Order: sequence, then C-alpha cells, then structure tokens
Amino acid sequence: MSMPFYVSPEQVMKDRADYARKGIARGRSLVALECNEGVVMVAHNPSRTLYKISEVYDRIAFAGVGKYNEFQMLKIGGVRLADMKGFQYSREDVNANSLANAYAQTLGQVFTNEMKPYEVEILVAQVGSTPAEPNELFHVLYDGTLMDESDYTVLGGDAERISDFLENAFKPGLSLAEAIQIGAKSLAEEGVTLGADQLEVAALERGRARRAFRRITGDELLGLLS
Amino acid sequence: MNETPLLPIFSDGADPGPSFLNLLRRVSPDSLQMPPAVAGHALPFELAHGTTVLAIRCEGGVVMAGDRRATSGNSIANRRIEKLFAADEYSGVAIAGTAGLAIEMVRLFQVQLEHYEKIEGASLSLEGKANQLSQMVRANLPAAMQGLVVVPLFAGFDHRRDRGRVFSYDAVGGKYEEADFSANGSGAVHARNWIKSAWREGMSADDAISISIRSLFAAADEDTATGGPDLVRGIYPLVAVINQDGFKFLEEADVAARSQLLLDGPERGGAA
Repeated sequence: MSMPFYVSPEQVMKDRADYARKGIARGRSLVALECNEGVVMVAHNPSRTLYKISEVYDRIAFAGVGKYNEFQMLKIGGVRLADMKGFQYSREDVNANSLANAYAQTLGQVFTNEMKPYEVEILVAQVGSTPAEPNELFHVLYDGTLMDESDYTVLGGDAERISDFLENAFKPGLSLAEAIQIGAKSLAEEGVTLGADQLEVAALERGRARRAFRRITGDELLGLLS
Repeated sequence: MNETPLLPIFSDGADPGPSFLNLLRRVSPDSLQMPPAVAGHALPFELAHGTTVLAIRCEGGVVMAGDRRATSGNSIANRRIEKLFAADEYSGVAIAGTAGLAIEMVRLFQVQLEHYEKIEGASLSLEGKANQLSQMVRANLPAAMQGLVVVPLFAGFDHRRDRGRVFSYDAVGGKYEEADFSANGSGAVHARNWIKSAWREGMSADDAISISIRSLFAAADEDTATGGPDLVRGIYPLVAVINQDGFKFLEEADVAARSQLLLDGPERGGAA
C-alpha cells in the first residue's frame, strides 16, 4: 500500500481557490446597479434560454456566474428555502439577508469538505419596498465569503476592470435606462459594444405590486439601450 | 451532494423537482398533516363553512364571484370571509366547504404554482394548474370522509387556446371542465339556475359581472348560508375578471354600485 503524500492545509485551500477562480474566470461577467426604480442586473449572456438572473421571491433576485449547472442548483435551493419560509411563516419574513447567509454556509461547507469547490460567484439582491428602505446587494464567493455591497457589484473573472469602470461611471440617482446602459458598457471590453442580443437584463422594481422581478427583453431592451 | 444545513439541495434520487408539495413532504411533513380518518365518527364540534361561489365564461375570459358568508351550523361564523383568490397571474380559485382546510389548500396551491414557475422558468399550462389542484383535493380525501369536504372552483385564461376555461371538482379530486359556467356551495343550485337563464355565448365580461351579482343575490334569497349584499355594513360579494391581461378584482365601490341597481328592482315585490 502506498503512503499518500503530505499536503499542507494551506496548499489544499490555495489549490482549491485557484481551481474555483480559474473556472469562474472562464465565464462572462455580470453587474448589478442600484437605480431610482430599484436594482438592475445586466449579464453578458448570449443565450435566450439559459438564464444567469432569476426571481427568488417577491423582492429578491438571484444571479450567478461561473459553472451553469452549479449556480442553477444554488438558485433552486434558494427558491426552495424562500418559498418554504414564506409558506411556514409569512411572505414578509423572507429576506435576502438570511438567504445570503444560507448560501454562504453552503458554499463554505462545499469548499472545505468536498473534493471540488463550486466554480461560482453569486449575488442575492433585494429591493426595498419604499424609497426610504435601502436595497441590499449580497455578493457571495465560491468559498462562502459573504460581502454586503452598495451602489453596484460586479461578479465574474473580469471584476477588476469592470469595477474600475463603474467607479467612474456610477453615480447615485440613475434612471433604469441609464443604469442598463452603464451596465452594458462596463461589461464590454475596450472598443466593443454589446448589443441587446448579447445581454441578459432583469430588474427588481420597487413600484411593482408584489413580485418586483421583471425581465427586460426584446424591443424594450433595444429601446432602453439606445 | 448530500443535504447541507440550510439550503435544501438533494441528491438525485431524492430531488422533489419543481413541486412545492413534494418539497414540503420531504423536508417538513408535519406541516402537511391532515386529521386522520376515523370512519363513522362525526366531528364533535361545528366548523366554519364557506358557501356560494361561481365562475362564468365570457368573451375573452372568465368572471368569478363569491359571497362573503361563512356559517357554522345555524350561526354565522364570519360575515366578511374571502372565498375567491387569485391562484396566480392568470387564474383564480374559489372555495366552498370547510373554510379552515380550504383556505390552507388555496395558500398551498398559490405557492405551488409560483414555485413551479420560478424553478422551471415557465408557468404551468392552465390544464396543468387544474390537475395540480385536483391532486390537492384528493390528498384531502381522509378529511373529506369525516365530513371536512373542500370543493374548489378553478378558472383562468388559457393562453394556448386564447379563451377562458372553468373547472369544477368533487370531493375525491375529480376534475370536470365546464363548458360555460359553474357554481358551488350550498346556494349553488339557485345561482346556477339564474346564470343558466341569462348566459349567452360571447357575452361581455360586463354582462357576466352583472349576472354573477344577480345570481349571488338570488342564492342569498333562498339559502340561509349564503350572504347577500350587506348595505348596512358595506359588505359586498367579491368579483374578479380574468382575461389575457390577468386576474383583477373589481373595486369594492364598483360592486357596491352594481348591487345598488338591485334596489327597487323586481325583487322588491309588493306594491311599492
């Protein structure tokens, strides 16, 4: 019987983190921005059917980048958790904070205990029900690191470049159209313009009755981009 | 992967799929527990019962309505109960029978439809929704054997067929599509006769609303368990229209104004 080589825990964690980061960097990025109407999410995604952004609950959305099957599974887990909580307690008791914590727990546990970490980064966004109530943007990394961000957040391998762009371009009080345009511009590399067919756009709009989530597609997206 | 402490993620064989009901059965079976059936034993107490609800197909959709009374034996249990609900954006469900179980069933049904939509990224077909409700009524069978019957009425706008459709159910979950209209509950026979005499193919939603209010009034006239418009307290039936734009309740003021039209009508009788 052969003896396994000793590998230090630091090395194991570093290898896993590198592996996850590489996987995430292969995919395309996604941004979320706060605007007057609520929160806008813009993803570089040429597919019309395989979504990166989804509705989770009345005022909560989920977005993921990286490996599709993995963040899709996390999305379903989130929808289940939210619907169960809303059914057993009340719709008002479902919030992004506890959902983001559940994601962080799950990702953290998979990162340390499983053979392979998830190659994903996810966003849990919640729109306030009144303009006075702040929006929430929770950004969760592949290892369970949980960050509470405001104004805008960037997910994906190209985050540094996009963040630099948004630092200059973002200002509070954007309209929905402006936020979408800035988001689209931030995702495009130097000298490239991403058209409506390259983008997946969705919004959490404060003004909508119960379900704040809405996809922005087709002619409406074309109009808002121009 | 196995279950994690918080997120309900399942291994392949145990995955409940897009069904919220299956999810609850797996994760929290206690919250679905129905009273065990005890054959031949009547319940030693009276429970609130919902009474008359109806659905009428009209041009471009369906009109649904329900009175506001719940009875418990000979007493009025609640004079403002709501028995008509939006099931989702394009369908509605109205309930008659044991109010406590029925309202819980509707709540579960609403979550079930939305849950499916969010997991699958697409809504169920109207037929699919109707079948889901059928399964829920059937799951209530043990309670129904004890007399705790829940019989819903389901209607909605079918985008694939571009028209409104009405489904009725029996206590074992049998689902029956109605051609034109249906009514359910203790006053249903009176309401149904009124609708039958006035229903026409292609009638407008506005006409169907008038008929629904008129027939609920007729039901309340003949059946003590059905509540008529209460002008003193300002309690009126719930009425909703479902068409390609979605499910929409009529404003209470609108129903009140339409109920006023009954005043001094032929129902007044005598030499006024």
